[in-house]
Amino acid sequence: MLITRRSLLVGAAVLATAAGCSNGGGAAPSSAASSAAAGGAGGDVGVFTWWADGSEKEGLDALIALFKTKYPKNTFVNLAVAGGSGSNAKAKLASDLANKNPPDSFQGHAGAELTDYIDNEQIEPVDDIMKALGGASVFPQTLLDLITVGGHVYGVPCDIHRANMVWTNSGLLSKAGITAPPATVAAWIADLQKVKASGVATPLSIGGTWTQTELFESVLAANLGSSAYTQLFSKGGKWDAAGVKQSITDYATILGYANTVSDGDDWPAATVMAADGKAAYNLMGDWALAEFTSKGLTWGKEYSSFPLTGNGEQLFGFLADAFTLPVGAKNAGGAKDWLNLVGGAEGQLAFNLKKGSIPPRTDVPSSSFGEYQQKTMTSFKNDKIVPSIAHGAAVSLAWSSEINTAMSAFYQSRNADALQSALVAAHAKYAA
Amino acid sequence: MTGLRRWGAGLVFLLPSILLVGIFVYGFIGKNILTSFDQVVTKSGKVRAPGGLENYATLIGDPRYQHALWNLLVLTVVFVVGTMFFGLLWAVLLERSVKGEGVFRSIFLFPMAVSFVAAGVVWRWLLSPATGEGAVGLNQLFQYMGMPWLQSSWWSAGQFNMAAMAIPAIWQLSGYVMALFLSGFRGISLDQREAARVDGATEWKLYRHVLFPQLSPVALSALIIVGHMSMKMFDLIYSIAGPNSYTAEVPATLMWAQMFQLSDTTGAAVNATLLLVIVAVVVVPYLVYTNRSEKR
Repeated sequence: MLITRRSLLVGAAVLATAAGCSNGGGAAPSSAASSAAAGGAGGDVGVFTWWADGSEKEGLDALIALFKTKYPKNTFVNLAVAGGSGSNAKAKLASDLANKNPPDSFQGHAGAELTDYIDNEQIEPVDDIMKALGGASVFPQTLLDLITVGGHVYGVPCDIHRANMVWTNSGLLSKAGITAPPATVAAWIADLQKVKASGVATPLSIGGTWTQTELFESVLAANLGSSAYTQLFSKGGKWDAAGVKQSITDYATILGYANTVSDGDDWPAATVMAADGKAAYNLMGDWALAEFTSKGLTWGKEYSSFPLTGNGEQLFGFLADAFTLPVGAKNAGGAKDWLNLVGGAEGQLAFNLKKGSIPPRTDVPSSSFGEYQQKTMTSFKNDKIVPSIAHGAAVSLAWSSEINTAMSAFYQSRNADALQSALVAAHAKYAA
Repeated sequence: MTGLRRWGAGLVFLLPSILLVGIFVYGFIGKNILTSFDQVVTKSGKVRAPGGLENYATLIGDPRYQHALWNLLVLTVVFVVGTMFFGLLWAVLLERSVKGEGVFRSIFLFPMAVSFVAAGVVWRWLLSPATGEGAVGLNQLFQYMGMPWLQSSWWSAGQFNMAAMAIPAIWQLSGYVMALFLSGFRGISLDQREAARVDGATEWKLYRHVLFPQLSPVALSALIIVGHMSMKMFDLIYSIAGPNSYTAEVPATLMWAQMFQLSDTTGAAVNATLLLVIVAVVVVPYLVYTNRSEKR
């Protein structure tokens, strides 16, 4: 009974996909989303995410509503698993994939984090979907380079976040006499000292292990510069270089200005410290904006932010979410409808407005977004893009786990040599 | 024929559970042990696991694993001693027919009804290592009570940090040990106490020479139950320390990291097998002992 129903579904999906292809072949890129079989492939479309709360959930809900109106024949099945940064969700997903019971599409951090799934032959390339969506004519080439593995794109990007932002409390900074954002890590350390001297016990607020990794990667990128930093993740990456050593020393100095935390602490508590004036600085991705907004504060007035930079170049700490096409998805046709939606201009507008991120597509009108998001969109066009370690853009899941563990150990031991050799060992083990 | 009839009925009743336990417990243990000897070479030709007993040598030689074992040792010793102490103390206090015994018994037992994960979220906050101005949780409480010198980094620093991780576990399971001891006390007939008192035994002597010796089987059961729980403890530590904590790592959390983050199935299987052996070293002698004493 079950088998016949499933094979019927698959049959329908194949037919629908074939129909979609024949229609969409010569059509203009922008109409790719609507050129699939009218109303969608039909059947259940199970989509797996870790967007179960807050602005992330609002974004997903906006996408679901749009999916229902555009593809009324499909039934959306929300397979979201709660848990920050997807730590719980990834464990559930790993067992579903190992049991050959994949969802029709799942969320992943775009970039190197998808390599585990690619190695295990668990996801399929989505080159044809990306091409139908407009390819390089609507997605920036820098982004396509970052998400291309072995000549193929394995995920449709739906949002972009910036990781290397330092959020500042304007009141505390003016009290310390700091007027301009620092141009280098060394200048930032000097500012931290000024804030400390002005009577703030904890100039910088940090959270648990992964927030420390995010801080370290930002220091590393600012010190090394974009090209040397990006080189670290290739096969010939030199983690034993003097620049890395200097960054570890700087990072340890910066930690000296921070509050005491435990490994499991979450990020909002740290961001709230900066909002409440208990800390002058907090380094966090741009999702921190929602924490300030929810307190009724205005960017540029009570608080502000600057990206951590160095070497005279502006850096954009990059991370993005993408949706995949799993091997053996029960409703591949429905999954493609979903990918067309999240990769299309309409879907990206609705989703990113709610989530606070920026759309990867360049043809989404920026005028609909808030001031901060507009600034981020400009930065993404002009700045040097550096992939994030903590958020899976630069390294595979295993590699980033290894780095996180080393950061946890370093927080207790403050042993720079041990951290550097752990980083070198992780590179030797995982660099492809 | 009669033999078959005698055994047959019993066998039919037992067959489902024999099959289920056979497949889902022993079958999977066997599969896990087989996996632990696998050789794993990636597509690019890197050797992830050398195969055979070398897999075990690799894990045991890994400083990360040794650190996790040390954490486990500290956790287990403090946890077992703590639960036994508080469990026995509360049982002795309640056993003396105090007023409102039922209320206190419930209060002591309630923490066990809370899941480790829910309790872990609260304890993560209570055991925050921040001191001074930014303190929260217990450290802040100590400040309010005028005892700032009691502030601690808890499980976040130091070689014996896992002793602090045992605090929430002791809080949760002392009530259970208390219930075990309480039922042990209730199992001793009142005549013996009266006889001892008639013979002029002091209260201390009564407990020391009459009651405690009869509790030793209960104590042993409690010790084994609490001890093996400690060795398998994962959820509490994971929810307090997060997924990537080196500081609070024990073999069970390391196994999770190996399996779901490092995609090192073989290493996780080796770790699981070693954990099974460690638990078996404690549990099997106990089973042999109870088997023998029941036969007697």
